[in-house]
Amino acid sequence: MKAIRTIRSRTVNMPAKDIDTDQIIPARFLTTTTREGLGEKLFHDLRFDTTGTPKPDFELNAPAAEGCEILVTGNNMGCGSSREHAPWALLDYGIQAVISTEIADIFRSNSLKNGLLTVVVDADTHDWLLDNPGSEIEIDVVASTLKLPGGRVVSYPIDAFARYCLIEGVDQLGYLQQNLDAVAAFEESRH
Amino acid sequence: MPNTLFEKVWDQHVVVPETEDTPAILYIDLHLIHEVTTPQAFSLLRERGLSVRRPDRTLATMDHSTPTTPVNSFKDLAIVGDSAANQIRQMEINCREFGLDLLGFESAQRGIVHVIGPELGATQPGKTIVCGDSHTSTHGAFGALAFGIGTTEVGHVLATQCLLQRKPKTLAINVEGRLPAGVGAKDLILAIIGQIGVDGGTGHVIEYRGEAIRAMDMEARMTVCNMSIEGGARAGMIAPDDTTFDYLHGRERSPQGTEWDAALQRWRELVTDDGARFDKSVDVDASALTPMVTFGTNPGMVVGIEQPVPERPGDSNFRKALDYMQVEAGKPMTQNAVDIVFVGSCTNSRLGDLEQAAAVLEGRRVADGVRMLVVPGSQQVKKEAEAKGLDRVFTAAGAEWRESGCSMCLGMNGDTAGSGQLTVSTSNRNFEGRQGVGARTVLASPATAAASAVSGHIADPRRYLEE
Repeated sequence: MKAIRTIRSRTVNMPAKDIDTDQIIPARFLTTTTREGLGEKLFHDLRFDTTGTPKPDFELNAPAAEGCEILVTGNNMGCGSSREHAPWALLDYGIQAVISTEIADIFRSNSLKNGLLTVVVDADTHDWLLDNPGSEIEIDVVASTLKLPGGRVVSYPIDAFARYCLIEGVDQLGYLQQNLDAVAAFEESRH
Repeated sequence: MPNTLFEKVWDQHVVVPETEDTPAILYIDLHLIHEVTTPQAFSLLRERGLSVRRPDRTLATMDHSTPTTPVNSFKDLAIVGDSAANQIRQMEINCREFGLDLLGFESAQRGIVHVIGPELGATQPGKTIVCGDSHTSTHGAFGALAFGIGTTEVGHVLATQCLLQRKPKTLAINVEGRLPAGVGAKDLILAIIGQIGVDGGTGHVIEYRGEAIRAMDMEARMTVCNMSIEGGARAGMIAPDDTTFDYLHGRERSPQGTEWDAALQRWRELVTDDGARFDKSVDVDASALTPMVTFGTNPGMVVGIEQPVPERPGDSNFRKALDYMQVEAGKPMTQNAVDIVFVGSCTNSRLGDLEQAAAVLEGRRVADGVRMLVVPGSQQVKKEAEAKGLDRVFTAAGAEWRESGCSMCLGMNGDTAGSGQLTVSTSNRNFEGRQGVGARTVLASPATAAASAVSGHIADPRRYLEE
């Protein structure tokens, strides 16, 4: 996992609430055995019509969305299934951070383990972002803050360990492996 | 200090306690794996030269992308699509290379992972159970702490038998009163999700409590816990009692002999102590419930079968959901015609579920133009149902009796609905396109599904059960 300290990008909005992981990547694309190339399938049925033509009214298909790395969504982003294909698809497409007022538990956990930053903001900040699509904002992952145009700075909560892994670019398996002696002792103690 | 059931199970599995800087290291007793969410985890193990730490704590099967077409022999099965066939082959290779027993196509014990765990007695009170599948919450019905994880975490458990976890909060759902006749566990959990919302449980582990829960058999409790994730919760739990112990006694992987007695002693401690505090609490009156059906595109958009679909002027999400479903606000769901009826999934594919559907179908016919699929949750459920003659009730009514698997719940094995078709489904998610591109899903109980198949419109099962 590569270290992420700053994300600077224009935002693209998907204001719908409760965007579930079946929307992010439909189940029929889960027969893959790798994690690569899923960006093509991201939001597939929202993005494309049945002939495979991009739907002009879908947010990510708007010309202004081109190159945006920060996705702002409605409340309860990523609810539903545990498929890690959802963050894999977002990252492969080019999204680096997702901002919402609430992020579903498993989706958040999966995202942070892959270097997709999830940011939970208060309702006022969220409203501002939804009202100002395409704003150039900066996320300081080290300081856990969002810098909005005009200099307003909003801090966001993030698990200290997840933050550490993101900014150092380390994955969590190594940490678990360092503790295998404790695991062995635990197993022994239960006999 | 008095503790909740969740806290007791959590505390018993902490290898290294959490600090402000680091999550807890939590030991996992049982890891369920299937073909869809594991290939990339096995690849990681290969890249790093790691083995599976505890094959004896890993239970492997295939359910998601497997065909359910009725066949005489699994050798004849036509797997839909090259990538699904590749995934299934890869699962066989992974299990062989890493020394894991796979309950595969040749096994009489194969089935939906959340059906076979309990059926084999591998699911037990007080265990921590995980799987790369959000409906792992099902196993909480036994007083286990069971939750869905992603593929990276599947790799963590394969390699270390542990997970990094922050301790979730607790939510008590107190279900007092008794469920009326014709109203079941599915109706109850849909009503609960309607009440708390699809994010009402986010960050929490639910404990279902109260008279209605105590009165339920294990299959009904599994249906309730299964859909905890649809309320956003990490897990759902029910304290084990004699109903739990009777279910587990004598099963293949249950403790045997003196170990059974020792286990019982431990398991009886797994109740929330008097005076223990929950972070949140919700009360539900079971006696006031009717059969429930969803009308929108998430499981929280649910209504009593006789009630009109609500109106929410100015709510664009709500409007969009109704438009997608082609449902009219102010009218009951019973006015909608049905194309397909699906009885199955980890929510409602056990013997009792099939019996409820069969009770409605007995001596009746599936309406003209309606396709009905009955997909047992496991090969064992299939065998038991056939021994009771349920398969003949279904086929005589004109329904399809199929092999076990996840099937139309998520439609990744070729069992799908067409665009615009309406399916009354006993599964757990009515998301847009879940059962096929443009497909419309109405979640309901097995009895409501069967009644709808007979009627050709969404129907109240009580009408058929009273006759």
